[in-house]
Amino acid sequence: MDDTAVVVAFYVLAAITLLSALMVGMVRDLIHAVLFLILSFIGVAGLYITLSADFVAVVQVLIYAGAISVLMLFAILLTPRSGRDNAGVSYSAPISVIAGLVGATIVFVALKTEWAKVDEDRFDTTAAAIGEALLDPFVLPFEVASVVLMVAMIGAIILVRPSEGEES
Amino acid sequence: MIPLIAAWYDFDPFRELYDWLRDNTWDELVYVVIAVVGATGILSFVGLGALANVWLERRIIGRIQVRRGPNRVGPFGLFQPVADAIKLIQKEVLQPSASDAKLYNLPPILVFIPAMLTFAVFAWAPDMVYADLNVGVLYLLALSSITSLAIFMAGWASNNKYALLGAMRVIAMAISYEIPLVMALLAPVLFAGTMSIPGLIDFQKEHDIWLAFLLPLPVFIYAIAATAELNRTPADIAEAESEIVAGFHTEYSGMKFGLFYAVELINSLAVSGIMASLFFGGYSLFGIEEYIPPWIIFIGKIYFFYFGLIWLRGTWPRLRIDQLMAFAWKMLIPLALINVVIVAIEVLLWRELELTDWVLAAYVAINAVLAIGLFAFFFRIITRDYYRLPRRVRLEHDVSVPSLPAPPSLALSQPGTGVGEA
Amino acid sequence: MIDLEHVLVVAALLFSIGIYVALSRRNAVGILMGIELMLNSVNLNLVAFARFVESPRPIDGQVFSVFVITIAAAEAAVALALAVAIYKLRQSIDVDRMNLLKW
Repeated sequence: MDDTAVVVAFYVLAAITLLSALMVGMVRDLIHAVLFLILSFIGVAGLYITLSADFVAVVQVLIYAGAISVLMLFAILLTPRSGRDNAGVSYSAPISVIAGLVGATIVFVALKTEWAKVDEDRFDTTAAAIGEALLDPFVLPFEVASVVLMVAMIGAIILVRPSEGEES
Repeated sequence: MIPLIAAWYDFDPFRELYDWLRDNTWDELVYVVIAVVGATGILSFVGLGALANVWLERRIIGRIQVRRGPNRVGPFGLFQPVADAIKLIQKEVLQPSASDAKLYNLPPILVFIPAMLTFAVFAWAPDMVYADLNVGVLYLLALSSITSLAIFMAGWASNNKYALLGAMRVIAMAISYEIPLVMALLAPVLFAGTMSIPGLIDFQKEHDIWLAFLLPLPVFIYAIAATAELNRTPADIAEAESEIVAGFHTEYSGMKFGLFYAVELINSLAVSGIMASLFFGGYSLFGIEEYIPPWIIFIGKIYFFYFGLIWLRGTWPRLRIDQLMAFAWKMLIPLALINVVIVAIEVLLWRELELTDWVLAAYVAINAVLAIGLFAFFFRIITRDYYRLPRRVRLEHDVSVPSLPAPPSLALSQPGTGVGEA
Repeated sequence: MIDLEHVLVVAALLFSIGIYVALSRRNAVGILMGIELMLNSVNLNLVAFARFVESPRPIDGQVFSVFVITIAAAEAAVALALAVAIYKLRQSIDVDRMNLLKW
């Protein structure tokens, strides 16, 4: 990972991700906040690519930026206009302190631990390796994840269905 | 690193330039030069393609509708796209004052980005790939889901309820048709065992068969789902000019609207390119690619499928939004799911039992029969309600409603049809 | 040179921003946005460990992050359905006003 282009790309993408995450917290309009969130998702996908995780990067764009963001936009549009004020924060000072403390703790632990590092680029094609891993050691979580998705879908449909006797 | 990436030295002057650069300068400079030259080539194709498509579309639709297309602005109307561009550029730029100012100007640019990025993974010749991604097919799918976000932004920023309605329709259709699109593109990936587009074309060259013959049902599903994703007729309910003003691009005037229109044409080229690469062999044409430059064959195939898309647009009527959603959820998704299961079984049998390539011919026959059978079955299920609707009530055979007076007898009715008896 | 520590620091910063957004919003969708930021930072950590740390099966980190993405999608769907249902019942999605256990 000592290619200058990759290093520059990493810092640029990290800056984009962190700045748009900050803007999510700071803009006034909720829809603008969702759009900055989408930008941070795409930034994180770029960071995955610098870490040689091409399959995860494309899946991140496909699912997070393509589906979850659309869900959030639909939910915002189905809820009242008066609730779209993103600037209505409560207890922002104590929470910033807590968030800062948590972040500092994680950074301290990350920098202090002696990680057992390997330096070579081990992955040629990650899609095939992920596929084999999903079917051999991780087949049970794979099947359970499909059940979880189905349950979530059915639950979401039932939650927003108009109740009996009510005109939709 | 460098020989593995964009080897654009298929042309001899480029080959000499590449050799000279590689011997005399640093590797990074060679990489940058290759990237820039390749990007320029692709972008020039995209730009010229957008211009040519405007002319092609209007002339061909004109001929389908038994009229000539534009023929005044040059020989055969060939300068019509230039005239269109000049007209759009000189229009007054109207921005609604109540629109979301920061978001209003972004979408015309943002829809362009996925459209351009799609062309980066195509294989124009055996060693002419701009980005040979290992997950090429998945990358194409991710790009189409970003386009719908930009369209939503356009509809939202206009602060216009018809634009928002058009944008919601676009998103609803886009996410509904993404599912059969993904599953239809899963079938060739299963057969080839790789998601990279040069890998898929190599598979088709090695077994001397186009994946379209092996997999007719995914071709059909992909064609319909891609038409819906592109918002072209018969699925252009989002920008139906006669229904909701102009949909999500109502409030965009001048060149911004021109950008949306151009992106629709570029996306059509991209979809034709995906169909040509994945299903119809890409740059290979059963060995002729040694005599004709492969990129000419590829561009020819792209325009062949683009002609098919134009043909669809000129011939089929527009479907309603509920018809489109019912079609996606009740017909295409079950078809695509069953198709994935069948293809998975076939690929498993082929690879595990290590059957010869003659089994591919058997698969062609089986898949064709199954495609027609499944399609007819689901079609019958979807249209079942149609046959059970009551007969249309006609004026002479009125249902008698006690509170209303008897219907008047028509002077035009023939004797014996029962007029006046109700 | 990009090293493991750089990526972990970026992920930690993203996580703290996510905590701030999630805990300080009054809007239910805003809270969900903070949660998604936190899940993204966790995924970044997992992928970084898959890339840099020695392990018997190095692809595990990426597999785990694919599962996290899947579960995040399911959770976002249910959370947003809850938000829409609460809006229909209480005409507001201000979580500071949802302070009665039974009404």
